[in-house]
Amino acid sequence: MAIADVQEYTHLTDDEVEQIGRELDRIRADVEASRGAADAAYINRMIRVQRGLAAAGRVTLMTTCHSRRARVPGAVAGATMLGLAKILENMEIGHNVMHGQWDWMNDPEIHSSNWEWDTAQPAEQWKHSHNYIHHQFTNVLGYDNDIGYGVLRMAREQRWNPANLGQPVYNALLASLFQWGVALHDLDLEKIRKGEKDPKEMKRQLKQIWRKGRNQALKDYVVYPALSGPHWRTTMKANATANLARNLWSYVIIFCGHFPDGAMHFTEEELEDETRAEWYLRQILGAANFEGGPLLHILSGNLGFQIEHHLFPDLPSNRYAEISERVRALCDKYDLPYTIGPLHKQYGQALRTIMKLSLPNRFTSSDSPPQPPDRPAAAEAPPVDKGRKSDAELPPRRSELGGWSRSGTGRAS
Amino acid sequence: MSATIPWERVRRVGARLTTPLHPDDYLSLVNPLWSQRELRGRVEEVVPETEDAATLVIRPGWGWRFDHRPGQYVGIGVQVDGRFQWRSYSVSSAPRRSGRTIAITVRAMPEGLLSSHLVNGLEPGTIVRLAKPEGDFVLPDPPPRRLLFLVGGSGITPVMAMLRTLDRRHTMPDVVLHYSSPTPERMIFRDELARLEEAHDGLVVHRLHTDTDGILEVGDRERGLDAVCPDWRERETWACGPGPMLDAVAAHYEAEGLEDRLHLERFTLQLGGDGGEGGAIRFRSSGKEVEVDGATTVLEAGEQAGVGMPYGCRMGICHTCTLTLVSGTVRDLRNGEEYAQPNEQVQTCVTAAVGDCVIDI
Repeated sequence: MAIADVQEYTHLTDDEVEQIGRELDRIRADVEASRGAADAAYINRMIRVQRGLAAAGRVTLMTTCHSRRARVPGAVAGATMLGLAKILENMEIGHNVMHGQWDWMNDPEIHSSNWEWDTAQPAEQWKHSHNYIHHQFTNVLGYDNDIGYGVLRMAREQRWNPANLGQPVYNALLASLFQWGVALHDLDLEKIRKGEKDPKEMKRQLKQIWRKGRNQALKDYVVYPALSGPHWRTTMKANATANLARNLWSYVIIFCGHFPDGAMHFTEEELEDETRAEWYLRQILGAANFEGGPLLHILSGNLGFQIEHHLFPDLPSNRYAEISERVRALCDKYDLPYTIGPLHKQYGQALRTIMKLSLPNRFTSSDSPPQPPDRPAAAEAPPVDKGRKSDAELPPRRSELGGWSRSGTGRAS
Repeated sequence: MSATIPWERVRRVGARLTTPLHPDDYLSLVNPLWSQRELRGRVEEVVPETEDAATLVIRPGWGWRFDHRPGQYVGIGVQVDGRFQWRSYSVSSAPRRSGRTIAITVRAMPEGLLSSHLVNGLEPGTIVRLAKPEGDFVLPDPPPRRLLFLVGGSGITPVMAMLRTLDRRHTMPDVVLHYSSPTPERMIFRDELARLEEAHDGLVVHRLHTDTDGILEVGDRERGLDAVCPDWRERETWACGPGPMLDAVAAHYEAEGLEDRLHLERFTLQLGGDGGEGGAIRFRSSGKEVEVDGATTVLEAGEQAGVGMPYGCRMGICHTCTLTLVSGTVRDLRNGEEYAQPNEQVQTCVTAAVGDCVIDI
């Protein structure tokens, strides 16, 4: 079930849609006006904690591996700290800094233009595939490559083919090798397979990925083990564990963003003449939140507030909690769905979809939430391929994404 | 130099351990000054000079060279309400290669958010960002044999750096300083100037209190330069102060055909160079394009087009706004210099397009 027109689907009048747009604009303006020293202190503290954890983890691993008694507890403690550091860096710091959430501080050291994160994907490519493609064309079939990442079939409208039978296996591989999957994301494997990719651009991207990935791998699997001397194996295993933990965790969080049952897909008709307010509506309908305490939200980069993140991708993440109260009240007022549930339930639904959609549609039933009686079920869209359009076929960028959709200013060293 | 090469090598090796970050990103958490990524400094002392002016003694961190020339200014970036604000101030201390600190002297302007913060709100220990010393309002070495300084208000700061340098090197030539200030109390460095005057026979200080005696009428035969310093035509002159004063001085020197002798320092950005020719600026990564005239800076053009341009001081000091010029030519509006190399780094806040160009953002 995919939505071709959000306004028709939500049964709102033109005025109501515009009113929702204005109210969301007001939330943005309020938060922008109130950003200040406390927010700056938050991100600086987060960076300090993260770098402290990383350094402590590395040092623990290098020192404890020489002692017979401390080796195992040291490896556990070191891998835990390192894993936490990687998770924090990728989720709460890197992802959000690259969205431009902290650009307002005017601090060149915490700026989307030159942040490079601790994962294999080069920041520049992430800013393109994620900030631009995914955030602008969220959940639009045939545009948003994040619907299954070109590997999994995640929407019933996506054409089934026998290769989808392997989904449970691909899913397990994707989860455990997530950083490498993400690294290849902007290459657009589907385009390469069809021979539609510009070879020059592909070469440039591959070179970038190779350099970044090589440095990342060298650090964790050569340099630090070498520094641990005869017990290099312990350090290498601990580093691999930390990377694996980060991969699994970020995979789970990201799959909870758009694949729980309440999150809708859209057909390309929706993009035609889409207004700012309709774009907002699509973000609300296409994203799913999960519940949790402050620590869970920090470790997940505040992506448990996926709806708020999609409405305001460049507002500081530490504000999403307070924004969510206002967004939820707005959804209640206009009777809009607001998808939320506990983390395990949201992931469970995503996993069920992965399993079900490995089979052709006729063997399974849809899990989309039942439609309220006054809301006509949207038409079954014609099947589409996975993947996304090339930049040339896409409409121009929207200002809602913030200024920094993709930039490699060459200042990062 | 021999000491710096292994150090650079150590840092490069260190970067293998900290990739994708730099070792400095970790070291600066131990001591905020241990980073070369951005020039930083720690405010060691805030010395009140007058009721509304203070000298900030700043200890710069790694990467600072202590090679400023007397009279130059530095950019200083201070976080106010979470946001870095940039201004530039003349260095008032004499350059000292073995030095550990620099001093800038700031007067709180009534409408100046940052200057009041610097004078009244800055705690010793605050970490600030710095930009390299710049400016060509400098004292040559060796100094000319006869000098005249025309100073108004806080325009004394760069001149103070020059006087201190001359004092420290014991090379004080024949110097006349004309210093205008509304009242004696508002005269920055008045005690030190009195001491210097005492110590050096060559130094003569004229003090003018404009609240009671009116401003210096440079061209006036009775009260102007001819009266204050009859041999002013034979002196190399440095003038620094409020805009109207400098305009009057410049006009007078020009009328006398002596503009070669005059060095001016203005506190506001002077876009003296010719504008560019304008053209279409394309912002490659955000896919936006805008047609601008030759007086519009690349930064303003980007903002018009809705591109999230980085910026800091907006006057060419802090380099926060630097972006890559992919192709085309831009002209520096301050001096007319052109940048046209592919993938050159340009400061967008002081450059304008000369024909079509492409910026990477």
